[in-house]
Amino acid sequence: MTALLHVDNISKRFGGFVALDGIELEVEPGERLGLIGPNGSGKSTLVNCICGTLQNESGSVRFDGQVMDGLAAHERTHRGVARSFQLPRPFHSMTLADNLRIPLLYTVHARMGPLRSAGDLDARCHDLLEMVGLAKKAKRMPRDLTQVEMRKLELARAMAAEPKLLIADESMAGLSHSEIEDILTLLVRLSERGITIILIEHIMSAVMSFSQRLAVLVSGKKIADGKPEDVVRDPEVVRAYLGQ
Amino acid sequence: MKAMSTAKFSLTAVAIGALVMAFAHWFHVDYLFFASYTILQFIVLATAWNILGGYCGYVNFGSAAFFALGAYSSVALIKFDAEIDAWFPEGAANVLHHIFPLPIPVLILFGALVSGVVGFGMGYLTLRLRGSFFAIATLAMAVVLQTLIVNWDFVGGSRGAYIIRPDNLEFAGIEINYIEYLFALMLLLAVIALTTARVIERSQLGFGFATIRDDELAAEACGVPTLRLKLIATTLSGAFMGMAGAPFPYYIGYLQPASAFGLEYAVNSIAMPMIGGTTSWIGPLVGAILLGSAQQYATVTISSAVNLLIVGLMLVAFVIIAPNGLIGLVQERLRRKQS
Repeated sequence: MTALLHVDNISKRFGGFVALDGIELEVEPGERLGLIGPNGSGKSTLVNCICGTLQNESGSVRFDGQVMDGLAAHERTHRGVARSFQLPRPFHSMTLADNLRIPLLYTVHARMGPLRSAGDLDARCHDLLEMVGLAKKAKRMPRDLTQVEMRKLELARAMAAEPKLLIADESMAGLSHSEIEDILTLLVRLSERGITIILIEHIMSAVMSFSQRLAVLVSGKKIADGKPEDVVRDPEVVRAYLGQ
Repeated sequence: MKAMSTAKFSLTAVAIGALVMAFAHWFHVDYLFFASYTILQFIVLATAWNILGGYCGYVNFGSAAFFALGAYSSVALIKFDAEIDAWFPEGAANVLHHIFPLPIPVLILFGALVSGVVGFGMGYLTLRLRGSFFAIATLAMAVVLQTLIVNWDFVGGSRGAYIIRPDNLEFAGIEINYIEYLFALMLLLAVIALTTARVIERSQLGFGFATIRDDELAAEACGVPTLRLKLIATTLSGAFMGMAGAPFPYYIGYLQPASAFGLEYAVNSIAMPMIGGTTSWIGPLVGAILLGSAQQYATVTISSAVNLLIVGLMLVAFVIIAPNGLIGLVQERLRRKQS
């Protein structure tokens, strides 16, 4: 089986600071990968390089058999990479339904041609809101939402683009235990639909229960990659990340 | 309430315009046309500014430059007409005399082209800048363009240029008062500008513009090609401002850089949408009518110099009382009533 995402030896520096140093990462179709690392280890930079928000200086990112280097973020979204942001970034001036309309209009349309009538669009928005349990608030504005609802909106909007790969960047930080369960259930359901998911998270219990494989970043280098149970016992990981 | 179709909307707008026109014609006061022309011109300018500033959230301080480019492209074509005999051999000159002088609608299209191209160029150079940096860059562009015009002798340089306006226009055997003709043209431009803004607002493009205003990073992540949309906005916005400026030399009779690039245009094009409300096409329309009429009234009763003072005071008042403009105020009321 060929990998869906192939990150090949990519590096990124900000001035003299090396944020990513020769990262290698492969993700198989349908896989649930957990990505962990201490603050400032380069997790978000890696996500930004995969999604096109930042361009890597060396190495290359291949997705679904195509090289994505140099492509703008929106072109990568069109090819099937979606992400949620660490801090939710909803479109403040739009209702929840309209928030989801954007990826439908700009990504799904662009990919398949203008196939949806206004009614179809509304139905799709409603389905997506239903999936995350926000259907009743379709006409509300993002400012009316609680933190956990905001995270759910963020995930729903990423899902609206019908991605092959979803990167959830700390979508559970700052949530209560039951809210974390909520988001986890949602992610597992998405995974069961065949979507490949990379979960970036600090909350170890969530990462351990979700991930089939775990990769660890420390100071821009990948120091471990493998079965979650093995990785957390790896002495180097314990020393660098979990603290000793 | 069901939304009106675009055709119905533009027909209604034309009908309202025709009514205004008939009303003014009936009174037979040239001044009414003269004053209303200015207000219509500001409707076009404010609507054009709002396409970039209101929908996309990019504040353009260089509106006067786009307006002046439209005006000066007309002046250049008019001057070109005067030089035909000196520049071309007789055969070519005869052919050109058949084409020139160009009718004003053609001048308007030319003004739109020039300002649209400059808008595109400015967009390409500056759209990586955000917020106040973008605003400063547009201001700088206006200064550069003004310097160029001041030093371009062909269009009059700093001396300015006189354009002799005919009293009447012969059209299909009917004589039309020239100021009425200019008024009718500007009315048509206002209708086109408002219809375009309204169409954009309801289209995929309008949704895309709004995502740029709200959060560009999130917009890209949703698949919105932000750079392309921003270039569409700067081009459209610039083109409409150029259209508003193209008939201006005929209206004013004497054009000089200091008046065409006047602070008045830059400030008014920002203040009018802000006062009316920036999220909808109605905002610039309401703002332009309100502020434009107040200015015309003040010009006649107090002095023309008080214009900018009025704008300043109203802008301050609105920023405090209704930061989302009149439209925002009304929407807020309606929402409160509902809940």
